[in-house]
Amino acid sequence: MRLNCPLCGDRDLREFTYYGASVYADRPEGGWSEAWDDLLHLRDNPAGETNDLWYHELGCSAWIEVSRNTVTHAISDTRLLAERKPAAKGAKA
Amino acid sequence: MRYSGLSVLKEGLFGNKGWKPVWREPEPKAEYDIIIIGGGGHGLATAYYLAKNHGLTNIAVLEKGYLGSGNVGRNTTIVRANYFLPGNSEFYSHSLKLWEGLERDLNYNVMHSQRGIINLFHSDGQRDAFARRGNAMVNQGDDAELLDREGVRRLVPYLDFEQTRFPIYGGLYHRRGGTARHDAVAWGFARGADQRGVDLIQNCEVTGIDIVDGRVTGVQTTRGAIRAKKVGIIAAGRSGQVAAMAGMRLPIESHILQAYVTEGLKPVIDHVVTYGMGHFYISQSDKGGLVFGGDLDFYASYAARGNLPMLEHVMEAGMTLMPMIGKAKILRTWGGIVDMTPDGSPIIDKTDVGGLYIDCGWNYGGFKATPASGWCMAHLIATGEPHEVARRFRLDRFRTGHLLDEEGTGSQHNLH
Amino acid sequence: MRIEGKGLVDRSTPVGFRFDGRDYTGFQGDTLASALLASGVRVMGRSFKYHRPRGVMTAGSEEPNALVTVGRGAGQVPNVRATVQEIHSGLDARGQNAWPSVRFDVMEVNDLFAPFLSAGFYYKTFMWPRKFWESLYEPAIRRAAGLGALSRQHNDEHYEKAYAFCDLLVIGSGPAGLMAALTAGRAGADVILAEEDARMGGRLLAESHEVAGQSGADWAAGVVAELASMPNVRLMTRTTVTGAYDGGTFGALERVGLHLARPPMDLPRECFWRIVAKRAILAAGAHERPIAFANNDRPGVMMAGAVRAYVNRWGVAPGQTVAVFGNNDDAHRTVSDLGAAGIKVSALIDVREDAVAPKGVTLHAGARLVDAVGRNGLREVIVADRDGKIARIPCDCLAMSGGWNPVLHLTCHMNGRPVWREDIATFVPKPGMVPGLTVAGAANGTYSTYGCMKEGAEAASVALSELGRAQPKVDLPEAEDGAIRLRAYWEVPEPKHRAWLDFANDVTTKDVRLAAQENFRSVEHMKRYTTQGMAPDQGKSSNVAALAVLADATGRGIPETGITTFRPPYVPISVAALGAGGQGKGLAPERLTTSHQASVARGAPMIEAGLWYRPSYFPRPGEKTWRESCDREVRMVRERVGVCDVSTLGKIDIQGADAGRFLDFVYTNTFSTLKPGRVRYGLMLREDGIVMDDGTTACLGEGHYLMTTTTAAAGQVMRHLDFVAQAHCPGWDVHTISVTEQWAQFAIAGPLGRELLNTLLESPIDDAAIPFLGCGKVRVMGIEARLFRISFSGELGFEIAVPARYGAALYRDLVARAESLGGGAYGMEALNVLRIEKGFITHAEIHGRVTAFDIGLQGMVSAKKDCIGKAASERPGLTGQEREQLVGLKPVPASKPIGAGAHLFDEGAEPVRVNDQGYVTSVCWSPTLNTHLGLAFLKNGRARHATRVRLVDHLRGADVVCEVVHPVFFDAEGGRARG
Repeated sequence: MRLNCPLCGDRDLREFTYYGASVYADRPEGGWSEAWDDLLHLRDNPAGETNDLWYHELGCSAWIEVSRNTVTHAISDTRLLAERKPAAKGAKA
Repeated sequence: MRYSGLSVLKEGLFGNKGWKPVWREPEPKAEYDIIIIGGGGHGLATAYYLAKNHGLTNIAVLEKGYLGSGNVGRNTTIVRANYFLPGNSEFYSHSLKLWEGLERDLNYNVMHSQRGIINLFHSDGQRDAFARRGNAMVNQGDDAELLDREGVRRLVPYLDFEQTRFPIYGGLYHRRGGTARHDAVAWGFARGADQRGVDLIQNCEVTGIDIVDGRVTGVQTTRGAIRAKKVGIIAAGRSGQVAAMAGMRLPIESHILQAYVTEGLKPVIDHVVTYGMGHFYISQSDKGGLVFGGDLDFYASYAARGNLPMLEHVMEAGMTLMPMIGKAKILRTWGGIVDMTPDGSPIIDKTDVGGLYIDCGWNYGGFKATPASGWCMAHLIATGEPHEVARRFRLDRFRTGHLLDEEGTGSQHNLH
Repeated sequence: MRIEGKGLVDRSTPVGFRFDGRDYTGFQGDTLASALLASGVRVMGRSFKYHRPRGVMTAGSEEPNALVTVGRGAGQVPNVRATVQEIHSGLDARGQNAWPSVRFDVMEVNDLFAPFLSAGFYYKTFMWPRKFWESLYEPAIRRAAGLGALSRQHNDEHYEKAYAFCDLLVIGSGPAGLMAALTAGRAGADVILAEEDARMGGRLLAESHEVAGQSGADWAAGVVAELASMPNVRLMTRTTVTGAYDGGTFGALERVGLHLARPPMDLPRECFWRIVAKRAILAAGAHERPIAFANNDRPGVMMAGAVRAYVNRWGVAPGQTVAVFGNNDDAHRTVSDLGAAGIKVSALIDVREDAVAPKGVTLHAGARLVDAVGRNGLREVIVADRDGKIARIPCDCLAMSGGWNPVLHLTCHMNGRPVWREDIATFVPKPGMVPGLTVAGAANGTYSTYGCMKEGAEAASVALSELGRAQPKVDLPEAEDGAIRLRAYWEVPEPKHRAWLDFANDVTTKDVRLAAQENFRSVEHMKRYTTQGMAPDQGKSSNVAALAVLADATGRGIPETGITTFRPPYVPISVAALGAGGQGKGLAPERLTTSHQASVARGAPMIEAGLWYRPSYFPRPGEKTWRESCDREVRMVRERVGVCDVSTLGKIDIQGADAGRFLDFVYTNTFSTLKPGRVRYGLMLREDGIVMDDGTTACLGEGHYLMTTTTAAAGQVMRHLDFVAQAHCPGWDVHTISVTEQWAQFAIAGPLGRELLNTLLESPIDDAAIPFLGCGKVRVMGIEARLFRISFSGELGFEIAVPARYGAALYRDLVARAESLGGGAYGMEALNVLRIEKGFITHAEIHGRVTAFDIGLQGMVSAKKDCIGKAASERPGLTGQEREQLVGLKPVPASKPIGAGAHLFDEGAEPVRVNDQGYVTSVCWSPTLNTHLGLAFLKNGRARHATRVRLVDHLRGADVVCEVVHPVFFDAEGGRARG
């Protein structure tokens, strides 16, 4: 598998460290609530298109949001987490 | 029909013409008392124990592919009871005891082989952690021994004790651990359930779960609607999709776990050996293939196939630990879809929907749990109460913080 | 027997080799199989289950029978295909899975018990008595199973892995692959042409057809020569593409040195390639498939295409009298090739009633082949003609052809499913099964030479256009373009004896029918129950026939019966190749501190700390055990001064106007109030509320901080900080970078610490200049250094940091000066004792299930601000008296040793799970307090100080009463560090 790092270009899977679904970036405010359960635990876990978080650990240290198909492993898009668009933020819905 | 050495002799003399179908192929009925979604190891075991322990037989197991087509037929066949945390300890202890009587209970040889598991450790800190775990195993009533380096050498002299990257300090030896023939487990439970009247329905995919006034009333399938008073979801890596039909989101992310097997070789590895530093474990099947497991590919996936980095990493670990396997050749690689939870422990619980139960979140350790998972899920469905040894496997424990995190790696699904 | 004037082997270069202890001679260019066939050797293997004598069946890597062991001693390689292994002088091969030899094998007795060894018999027996499984049944089964044997010895032969990149990967160099490579090569694309064989050309080397008026082999040689002249084309022979993976990545195994008698030292045996290709063309040809009939596994029964290959390519006659059996026109081609080579053909048995007799051969059209006779080598076949007449046909070789299965395996590696083509009775790939990969030629079900060339050229043109390249005009040469005529025919009906499908795993048609009878009707159930297709050849020649038999037995069509999944690798890959580089120390990098050599020179045992190596202790003359050295080093620090390299701790430089605010967010306590020149201890949580790490962070200047992490968590913390900054703090002015390797850092601990430093610093310091938890710049050895007043020992402590290149010099100097003050270097053992005495935690305590509450640091979670992990730490399960809390333990009496990993119980309680009260995480002998000490987690522990617990270590046989105390055993007020 190869991922296109927005900063470094097309790189092999082994340069990256995976976190999980990108809903983990949607940190709620305040004390413990259902929203925190969503952040930490609950997942849509789709068999199909998903957005997830990858860290270019053996590269530029950028966290990247990757649009990816969990059935075919096809990658349709990558973007810097820091530049994540609001549209992609709705991945949870 | 009953299997025995005598039946094999008799049938052999008469051309093996008399062997009966191992299960029926019934058409689905319009209604059952209980529907189990998922004809894998855990689903079949649940149906078997519902019939055997609770006398409930008006049951259908719905399987979208063939029986045992999921992880029960794709794993590395390890059976063990070597957990640390209360909650896990008693459950896997119960499971191992069931394994020890499984052949005679099922009248099916699942080739449960208690050849012993050696978890190697490579530092003083790892030794302490394994000692802590081993003491918990003995506290539970199971077996554990702490081997020093020479003790390990006596059992597995073929390891590289001189040059390997992370020196071998010793091992935690679990004599009652071992392996079993994975497909046979599915077939044995299926045959046992079928003989007790359970309908095993293959090629029947559930497409919807019917809920009226907060209670489950049945399921929609590719072979029509089927009514049921109770429904159990036992769908492993596909749990998320099935639960979504009931409007649930689960604390689960599905991942690939690869496994690898070599060509057949004469006996050379007599135990299960795990490597504490390199995501590597190995055993040799009765057919002669070396069976390897490693870690997840680490990215969420439903592909049931993996990529090269983990395969290569596992083989590199093998080469530093036991270079004598270098001339063995990897014959086949495959992947299973494993249902990873945020603490690495499973869920056997009721849901907010009346009559709907769920058994999932087995991470990469579901095979050894097969009998106890079936036993406890059957108990839950039949009585409405959690079984004593599975009472901590609650669906809400992440919300409440009553976690069962053996590895201590936290709420990141792929780290367990 | 060799045929004069035939073949591509080099008759001027004879090559001697050994097989089963006998010497043979072949020629350069021979495989072990061709050379043995030429020498009249018929039995090359024994079957897996019944130990039937077996001869070679094929001429390629799909060989199910002729698996041999090559080499002796540590270099011995089992399960080598005789059809792939090239001979070289010194080659020492032997049969396997037999005793004493494949010619005479006592295990052949298994064949007599075949009726009782039917598919899955073992699931039905061996259940009684239970204990006998491990002690009797399983060992017997294991000994009987398996094929070749490993040597059990370490072997350090050289293997390698490599990467390659290209525009177009062409897999296979037959007519389709050569035309594809030629087309793309002429267009200037970067091409890799990978060929499994030692020689490019594929079937062109094995067939007698002419191409462009010359022999196929000559035409292929011409094309290869042109390709070799192109700088943009890389030709890789002996290279099997083994797997298709995501993102255009392919695995490939190159047999680099396996064919050489004396390979150069630097040449690997094999190399595993990861080839990243923008496009790929699979042109891997097709496998001929056998037909199931009684005793079809006799040595001498071979595939017709293999017979032609041995005749045409290697100039070997596989028999003196050959009969041909088939369901298609290829069988007729075989007859004519044999005739042209002067080999007698005793009959052609064509299952098609309308078959037309070729010249000079007796045709049995529409006949059934009812038996093959000759246990150790075929002598005759028995044929029942359409009218029922039985004919006994003498032959020592039977060339059989049941049609062809495209080599489409790679297309299935990403879960694609091939489609059934009725006209050629086989599965063919459908487009798009692997993104970027197209299939051409026989692999695509196109069997004529011209058709293959045309498809290969077209596939390359499409790839070029997708890559945005011009497509050159490449003329197709004149070549054979016949249609294949074939009648689907899988098994001779009602065989009198067993008829083999999977030769390698001894699966017969009876086994498949038994599976169906027992309702293992799914093709996957049949496979798993019978083991069909699970042998070393992975069912390459047999899977389709097996599922055809299953379809027949279950009354279904073949497409609806389905097909099992092909998984990587296409051919088996040695563990040594896939794991190349891992042997010895290669598995992971070895990280060495700048003081490494100095520590080794002082005799310190170096132990692993993650990927780092750190000194365990520094033995001095007269010290006989590590404990003596450790105790002395502890006393040295408590009484004089010690020096310890702490560079392995993670160091993260954090800068920016928002850096303080950022630290407030990642630490539980407040850092934005920290003034330049000050250091603070910080506690960091994971977002799930569990302690991630702890350490000190220094404020080096306005908006400039240096965070230290534990050695173990350095990578995790860096990843975490990057995530928090990029995910939660967009627009903040904060920058983080790891400087762990840029700075060497040494702890100087002990009452004489400042005195030692002042002998070294250009400007001496006092308590006012660098107070406790202060930091600042100093000058040492003519360079600027950073000095921190922190202590992990509880003594007056400093850590001095210099750019890493000065580390070695500074360390030597510091140790020498310490020694002159009655101190010296101390290692990890002493460091651990010092911190346990002070109740300082490490990852032995913060092991991933521990909260700030559990370690008594709940007061460090600021109520005034949010931080990572704060919300989740409020969950009810993570607080409360039932949680296990950090305590100190002192055994009673103090001299009783205790071990980390022991569990705790109430005094007098039985040591079983339900009574478990906690466990011990760290232990030591304290020379300062003259007692063993332990840190432990105990339920409701803080309320149980001054009570006693029972400590039980089943594994090491300890049962000790301990007093529960505060975890800070020594200098609870902390006066020594402040002094």
